Amino acid sequence: MSFDQILFYVFSFWFIAASLAMIFSRNAAKAVLFLILAFFSAASIWILLEAEFLAITLILVYVGAVMVLFLFVIKMLNIDKSSLRAKFASYLPLGLIVAAIIAAEMALVLGNNQFGLEMMAAPARHAADYSNITVLALQLYTDYVYPFELAAVLLLIAIIAAITLVHRNEGNRKTQNIAEQVSVKAKDRVYLVSITTPNKEGK
Amino acid sequence: MIAFWQWIHALIPWFDGAIATIVIILIKAIALVMPLMLVVAYFTYAERKVIGYMQLRVGPNRVGPKGWLQPIADALKLMTKEIIFPSKANIYLFLLAPVLAIAPAIAIWAVIPFDEGMYVANLDISLLYVLAIGSVGVYGIILAGWASNSKYPLLGALRSASLLVSYEIVIGFALVTVVMIAGSVNLNDIVMAQKGSILNWYWIPLFPMMIIFFISALVETNRAPFDVVEGESEIVGGTHVEYSGMTFAVFFLAEYANMIFMAVLAVILFFGGWHSPFEGIAYLEAGFAWVPGIIWLLAKSTFFMFLYLWIRATFPRFRYDQIMRLSWKVFLPWTIVWIFVVALMTQLKIGPWF
Repeated sequence: MSFDQILFYVFSFWFIAASLAMIFSRNAAKAVLFLILAFFSAASIWILLEAEFLAITLILVYVGAVMVLFLFVIKMLNIDKSSLRAKFASYLPLGLIVAAIIAAEMALVLGNNQFGLEMMAAPARHAADYSNITVLALQLYTDYVYPFELAAVLLLIAIIAAITLVHRNEGNRKTQNIAEQVSVKAKDRVYLVSITTPNKEGK
Repeated sequence: MIAFWQWIHALIPWFDGAIATIVIILIKAIALVMPLMLVVAYFTYAERKVIGYMQLRVGPNRVGPKGWLQPIADALKLMTKEIIFPSKANIYLFLLAPVLAIAPAIAIWAVIPFDEGMYVANLDISLLYVLAIGSVGVYGIILAGWASNSKYPLLGALRSASLLVSYEIVIGFALVTVVMIAGSVNLNDIVMAQKGSILNWYWIPLFPMMIIFFISALVETNRAPFDVVEGESEIVGGTHVEYSGMTFAVFFLAEYANMIFMAVLAVILFFGGWHSPFEGIAYLEAGFAWVPGIIWLLAKSTFFMFLYLWIRATFPRFRYDQIMRLSWKVFLPWTIVWIFVVALMTQLKIGPWF
């Protein structure tokens, strides 16, 4: 077994183990952490496949931002475990059916019939000076520039929509006037009064 | 270097392939981490001394000559102290949090080029690696706050998570301008692109970005005046209220390693990395040619590290909402405008940078 293969099996093992642990974990925060471990393992496998830009993006976007917000939400929620467990039995049959269908579909689509070595040969190794990010950027900004720009505009619209939704009730908001706060002088807040204090004799 | 490895190979024939790769990487990592920890220790000493003199005190001066052994004494003290676990704290996550804080703080150093050809790893995408690994560091703080089962750490963690996520965006945009000028996301290439003279460094075309980057670095590393995460007067010690002994020391190490890293990164991106400031000047260039590049890099970084301490001793703490406003309403528009400015400069080929 070559060094690459050993690494591949190590990362795959951690990927599968972390995914399973994430599903079976009872503590939501631990589940998030196992999911992060799964993301890292997936990123490592992608790096072995010479897709380092995708791998780093996975860590940057999902681990660095999305999962932080997940953990954020979990911290804020007070999850009532008993109410979740009470409905477990009633959801179990439906859940099992859905799980079985998904597993069957994935086996059909991702199985050896489509992605086996007979169908797809192992990709050839690139030379050491092969730059994944340069190749990707050239594709993205020449052949696929219009879809890329459209996706960007779509995201911009989503951002604007989200902000507008939040800012609907104009009258109901309390805002600060930062300029006013910054330009405040000591005189506006505190003013000193000179009082003649009586001496020992009371005069 | 290659001759050296061939000599080693001739001496120990089985030292080849995977084992050799792992051993060499390990040796490089140790050669990087050991000096780093020493610098962290003496950076804390420098911080106490510098702030002491700025506040008309002398700072630590009792342990060893002029207090030089103070960081060693501190380390010994922290190592021998008891680690207290809060009741009902989640022990595993409580102990995992410091590890998650220090691991990215050290791993991020792997791609830093200290001199021409002096690095642990020369990644093709090292700047993205820096961003990705840097964004992982937030888990240490969030988990510490959550696992402590205590109010102040939770508040500190909430503040920190929102701050770090918003300032990462600003840093990301500021770095885009650097990438646009250098035409590469490889830190090595970014430094090489600044070769020539002090006028070729990116602090001139990217002056506002440099300031934004440095201020964002202050926020990312929880430094004053943006240290609301551990604002002593409001939430005691923030995320590490419940940590004692070595577990606290690990957070401390991570924070200072991150600070030094941000100083070095600022030098690499905006101040020519290992290039000498006398390049291109008639006699000085030849006169200073003997100085190794790493000395220049460290000297320039030291200035930024001093700036951290200077700023801490000068400014009062920002209010939380003011920091948020600074990020979203001031820095982010500036960075986006500057991306267009840089695009224009690239098209019109202004200056020696393109």
